[in-house]
Amino acid sequence: MLQIAIIVSLLLLGYVFGRHAEAKHYRYIEAKESELLALPATNLRTPLNTSKTISHTELVTGNVVISVDYFKRMLATLRALVGGEINAYETLVDRARREAIIRLKTSCLGASEIINLRLETSSISKGGRNQIGSVEVLAYGTAIYYQGANTEGTVL
Amino acid sequence: MIITNTETIPNKTISICHGVVSGSTVRAKHAGRDFMAGLKNLVGGELVGYTELLSESREQAMERMKAQAAELGANGIVNVRFSTSSVSAGASEIYIYGTAVTVE
Repeated sequence: MLQIAIIVSLLLLGYVFGRHAEAKHYRYIEAKESELLALPATNLRTPLNTSKTISHTELVTGNVVISVDYFKRMLATLRALVGGEINAYETLVDRARREAIIRLKTSCLGASEIINLRLETSSISKGGRNQIGSVEVLAYGTAIYYQGANTEGTVL
Repeated sequence: MIITNTETIPNKTISICHGVVSGSTVRAKHAGRDFMAGLKNLVGGELVGYTELLSESREQAMERMKAQAAELGANGIVNVRFSTSSVSAGASEIYIYGTAVTVE
């Protein structure tokens, strides 16, 4: 009886806080993404603007580890019995990827663009009891600084 | 040292190619942090401890790769790639590799 009570309260806790945290995170991501639109990130190998002279380049990275809540994990476990699309994990990796790109961009605000963007995903708690508890996303790319360019108020 | 993950360094010419250089590290967080991460797993959200752990490990692996490149007399590393694998729950291996070059 006690065990059931614990599981139910954990589910409730996960549902309430997880939902709130996810909504808050999405609001943050959307606000930040529109703020960082001036700094484009592409996975092209060469810079977009070839007419300008490049002053220097730099390797930049951004990473984040995000975990799913207890309620969603339970949902995913149930879903895995019948198969099909698992929405709970889709939003998890989507949030992680977007957050990693935001961090990548914030680490080089003075740059004009980021080229050769790569995203890498790995699960941290692999081998643990909960198989896909949390994911890590690493975004990396080459930041290009043009000569005389001055964006986001950063002095070069 | 100029490091990029593109094949070339824009605006620079590669004169000598020294071959592949790499750096790796395996790290785990102490049990206290693992416990906190376990609690955070209930409500979901970012696991700050692990984010820090991985970015510190990456810095260390990067330093090791740079040291290897400096030993070869290179002044740049191109086509850098990151790779992560989890050795066990809570421990991760970070591997960074690239091509050491001399640029003008």
